[in-house]
Amino acid sequence: MNGVLVLMEQRGGKWNRMSFEALAAGQQLAAKLGAECSAAVIGEGADTLAAELAAKKLAKIFTVQHPLLQTYTSDGYVAAFEQLLKQADPTYVLLPHTYQVRDFAPALATRFRQVLISDVIAVHDGPVFVRQLLQGKLNADYKSAGTGPCFVSVQAGTFRAEAVEAGTATGTAITANFTPQLEANQIRSKPGEPFREAAQTVDLSAARLIVSVGRGIGEQENIGIVEELAKALGAELAASRPICDNGWLPMERQVGSSGQTVSPKLYLAIGISGAIQHLVGMKGSKTVIAINKDENAPIFEVADYGVVGDLFEIVPALTKAVLAAKN
Amino acid sequence: MKILVAIKQVPERDAQISIAADGRWIDESDLSYTINEPDAYALEEALQLKEKNGGEVVVLCAGPERVTSTLREALAKGADRAIHIEADDLGERDTLGIAQLLADAARAESPDLILTGLQSDDLGLGQTGVVLAELLGIPHATIIMQVEVTTAGLKVKRELEDGWFQYVEMPLPALLTIQSGGNKLRYATLMGIKKAKTKETKTVQAAPATAAQAITLERVYLPEKQKKTEILTGTPAEVAAKLVEKLKFEVRAI
Ligand SMILES: Cc1cc2nc3c(=O)[nH]c(=O)nc-3n(C[C@H](O)[C@H](O)[C@H](O)COP(=O)(O)OP(=O)(O)OC[C@H]3O[C@@H](n4cnc5c(N)ncnc54)[C@H](O)[C@@H]3O)c2cc1C
Ligand SMILES: Nc1ncnc2c1ncn2[C@@H]1O[C@H](COP(=O)(O)O)[C@@H](O)[C@H]1O
Repeated sequence: MNGVLVLMEQRGGKWNRMSFEALAAGQQLAAKLGAECSAAVIGEGADTLAAELAAKKLAKIFTVQHPLLQTYTSDGYVAAFEQLLKQADPTYVLLPHTYQVRDFAPALATRFRQVLISDVIAVHDGPVFVRQLLQGKLNADYKSAGTGPCFVSVQAGTFRAEAVEAGTATGTAITANFTPQLEANQIRSKPGEPFREAAQTVDLSAARLIVSVGRGIGEQENIGIVEELAKALGAELAASRPICDNGWLPMERQVGSSGQTVSPKLYLAIGISGAIQHLVGMKGSKTVIAINKDENAPIFEVADYGVVGDLFEIVPALTKAVLAAKN
Repeated sequence: MKILVAIKQVPERDAQISIAADGRWIDESDLSYTINEPDAYALEEALQLKEKNGGEVVVLCAGPERVTSTLREALAKGADRAIHIEADDLGERDTLGIAQLLADAARAESPDLILTGLQSDDLGLGQTGVVLAELLGIPHATIIMQVEVTTAGLKVKRELEDGWFQYVEMPLPALLTIQSGGNKLRYATLMGIKKAKTKETKTVQAAPATAAQAITLERVYLPEKQKKTEILTGTPAEVAAKLVEKLKFEVRAI
């Protein structure tokens, strides 16, 4: 086949929307290479979802199905995709950088003695794949030097799902069913049903104003100054993951990929560096203000207004000014 | 139960980063280093499992001489032994190459359980643990918050996106990549630091890389600014006054 194959993610017949970002990336890479882009859908319900893909600009659509693939397991997915890739023989394999992909794709690449280029934020001519180092402080260019397929996972939000190209009437994709050979004893782990923790008492998704605190606060005792600012503004208090990991604020105040997704009118980020897992939870905010002592902190990349300085000087001054303005 | 914990030494988070002269990595000369954060949680989980179930905790790190300070810290926190795979050329090895080094050391120990962090702060690959499990032919689970030993093996709590979780059961030996926040981290006590001096650190020389790298890091650089952030300057009081203006008239939050 050569060309690009995109491994789409779904659960119970519902797409993970990041799959379409990976599909857009796959189509763009294929265009650069002058090659064709195909897609694969795995698991129960793949048929219906594949039909949806028929309208996209794709050469081939593979549906990968087997009774042992009903629920996700790394063992099942690695074995099934290994067989598919051996048959389809793509040059590039693109995936969305989801938790599930983190769980199986490195092992899949290892089967081919290749290394996944993970969490890619851009693809340039070459192709050169750009990924972040040091939590977004630096970018790095990577190239594949391998002889097998090149595996690439793309970061959430870096390619636009709306950019997926539709097919033409003449060039409809061919759908092929692929049934891998799997034995029950190949699947070593038993996954349980997904669940949520006890009902959340704080719903940040509806908050109009959010003041959010990160590790720059240094110690639990210092959180008071941020709390005072939140109170002065009438804002909800939120936090980055390390604050909740340390138990300084409850888990339910965490914003990010493993916490809440918020879209307030104002998101005031204090001592937060702006790692991608935090950004995905708050990029939808209307106005972002960041206070950080590091002018290169990635949070400034999403901030409308920024203050480069010591939060311990700026936050109390701001609280005072807000209170004065309100009176 | 014998638990092997792979820990990585990474630059301190607040470190001022500058790019090395060859443009392929950061300048390491003035950096201070620490344990990769999720790895600290992996070590904590291992120590708690040992306290509950008995056994041994062995810490493993591949890297240059400087990484022994991180291994010593792990010994001071309660690990029983340390293995240092001495390698000055990790930059010329890809994930597969590094996982191969760890796999060789792991085979020699045949642990019941291997823990790694879910991701390193510097490279951020999020892969080394999974590749290591694949090389060893043992099952794995990623982004784990809690570990329970059962008669059949393990029951672990795996974090999913958006606040969802699931339990996964698997036989031993197995490998888990640990997420931060599952436990409260302990500090090394004075007693622990003293005891660490008597504990064994075995140094093994890294085998030379056998295969060519499958992927190569060509160049590192500061990200280009895409967004025009309006930076407000002045004394704290002046900055606060400017922010209040914005909050009043632009954001309409006051
Ligand atoms: C699978 C996975 C899921 C994750 N989920 C989430 C999630 O849901 N939410 C989340 O937030 N993170 C999540 N993370 C963690 C994320 O990668 C980052 O580690 C985290 O967001 C960093 O938090 P931080 O910005 O508070 O800390 P740091 O990155 O340590 O940043 C602290 C910042 O404070 C600044 N600072 C320090 N002192 C001062 C001062 N005196 N004045 C002003 N500024 C100061 C520093 O310059 C720095 O930028 C996840 C990670 C993984 C791998
Ligand atoms: N050089 C190393 N020595 C020991 N463990 C490592 C090393 N590199 C990576 N690891 C482990 O693999 C995990 C994931 O790293 P990475 O794949 O680089 O994101 C880390 O959290 C460590 O537990």
